[in-house]
Amino acid sequence: MSAAIDTLRLTAEDASGLLEGGEVSGDELAGAYVEAIEARDPELHAYLHVVGERGEGVPIAHKDVITTKGIPTTAGSKILVGYTPQFDSTVAARCKAAGLPIIGKTNLDEFAMGSSTENSAFGPTKNPWDPERVPGGSSGGSAAAVAGGLAPWALGTDTGGSVKQPAALCGVVGLRPTYGTVSRYGIVAFASSLDQVGPLTKTVRDNARLYALIAGRDPADSTTVELPEPVAIPESEDLKGLRIGVPREMNAAEGIDPGVSESVNAAIRLAEELGAEVEETSLPRSVDYGLACYYLVAPAEASSNLARYDGVRYGHRAEADELTALYSRTRWEGFGAEPKRRILLGTYALSAGYYDAYYGQAQKVRTVIAREHAAVFERFDLIVSPTSPTVAFRIGEKAENPLAMYLSDLLTIPANMAGLPGLSIPCGLSEGLPVGLQLIGPQFSENTLFRAGHALERAIGFDYVPERLRA
Amino acid sequence: MAIGKDDVLHVAELARLEIPEGEVEGVQEQLGAILEAVGKVSELDLSDVEPMTHPLDLVNVWAEDETAPSLTQEEALANAPDAHDGSFRVPAVGG
Repeated sequence: MSAAIDTLRLTAEDASGLLEGGEVSGDELAGAYVEAIEARDPELHAYLHVVGERGEGVPIAHKDVITTKGIPTTAGSKILVGYTPQFDSTVAARCKAAGLPIIGKTNLDEFAMGSSTENSAFGPTKNPWDPERVPGGSSGGSAAAVAGGLAPWALGTDTGGSVKQPAALCGVVGLRPTYGTVSRYGIVAFASSLDQVGPLTKTVRDNARLYALIAGRDPADSTTVELPEPVAIPESEDLKGLRIGVPREMNAAEGIDPGVSESVNAAIRLAEELGAEVEETSLPRSVDYGLACYYLVAPAEASSNLARYDGVRYGHRAEADELTALYSRTRWEGFGAEPKRRILLGTYALSAGYYDAYYGQAQKVRTVIAREHAAVFERFDLIVSPTSPTVAFRIGEKAENPLAMYLSDLLTIPANMAGLPGLSIPCGLSEGLPVGLQLIGPQFSENTLFRAGHALERAIGFDYVPERLRA
Repeated sequence: MAIGKDDVLHVAELARLEIPEGEVEGVQEQLGAILEAVGKVSELDLSDVEPMTHPLDLVNVWAEDETAPSLTQEEALANAPDAHDGSFRVPAVGG
């Protein structure tokens, strides 16, 4: 009886318990999410494609860059309209093998390029806390689905902050794993040295469970590695012995809302009360140069990855009677403004005469950022900051100004450049909207992030059901 | 302006993007503003720093050369806008 299933509150762990105890069937559980989608998704638009599969496990939503056999995969782009994959991505296959039925494919900024889902060719997703505001992005559909009770858990992808930032703006938990721990096989590629799949969930424990399911080496992606230790589902409620660094530049950067700082500082004080040793530290060049570095490296890789969309093998094809014109016209018509901007920027940064000054220099800055983080992690187990400088902004507020939009990822980008894992957990409200706390650790420190995130989550006691939707 | 009109047209040609005549100036303006912002990376003297190409220190990941099931020709062509006789069909090159 699906009427008894409160999808807004139910965690994946609870759902799994209900299934194991025989209190609800897989059909009833999946049905409850489809009903919730029918009720709330006309307003939120978290989904691009509702599948409503039935199965024995806890249902899941996949960001629409995750290739799913027989289920349309658009990457939020007109250029992939009509494309139906003939194969499964490794993460989709692993979820399938674990018995998780697919609820649907979630909305995103086109090719995962953006911080608000406004760059989706199919219209923006709305924030469940306030439908006049963005859910963040690019995995905004996945974050909104989890926050709005339209999925117990979901997968997103994170290149510059695309899991962490929407998790923060929607009041849910988001993990960007260590680069190389989750397979990119079958993930529509944006920037290959940065792209990682990560879980969006209501709780840290759910996040660890989903990460455990998708992580690990995949022969189909030679950049993946085996985890050095199994994923531990966190239980500890203290932070004794943990050394936490507070990088001053990431906590006092220009543009951080006072309300965001207040929530984050309160969480840091709580960490001390839970037994952590907290000390100030510094990442001066990572914050100062991270954004510029990212907006050269990522577009350069994108310009190469997106070369495949040429109207020959799949997707949109423009009318043309000559092949080169067919390529160029197909691409101008099929791509939206942001991918075109990044393809041009990346092509320029890689072109003869400009390569050394732009792309080459950015790769060196990346080394500087990685070294700066490595030095900090000689003294600390993890570092903390706000995930996003602001709470969810209004739809349209930054849409016309790409540079203002790029600043949304100011605090998530540095760790991503260094290949480090990061967890965003909700730590309070500012102006009635969720604030995210970002925890960053050295490579392969997911278990530490889960442990700290879980203890803080318990101590903070954040209610992840959006206020306006509470019964 | 950090980028000239000729550069925009050249880059667009390299990227296989046919910018309509009336939109070149707008593209030039936006690219110029972004290039000015990202040009910040040149403030640092990094002549003795090695470029980072990848977050993990992986070297030569070898795999056995094994045959495995793959897409059939039919599956590979299933999404093609135009196919003929087992091939992707396109207009003539330079036609």
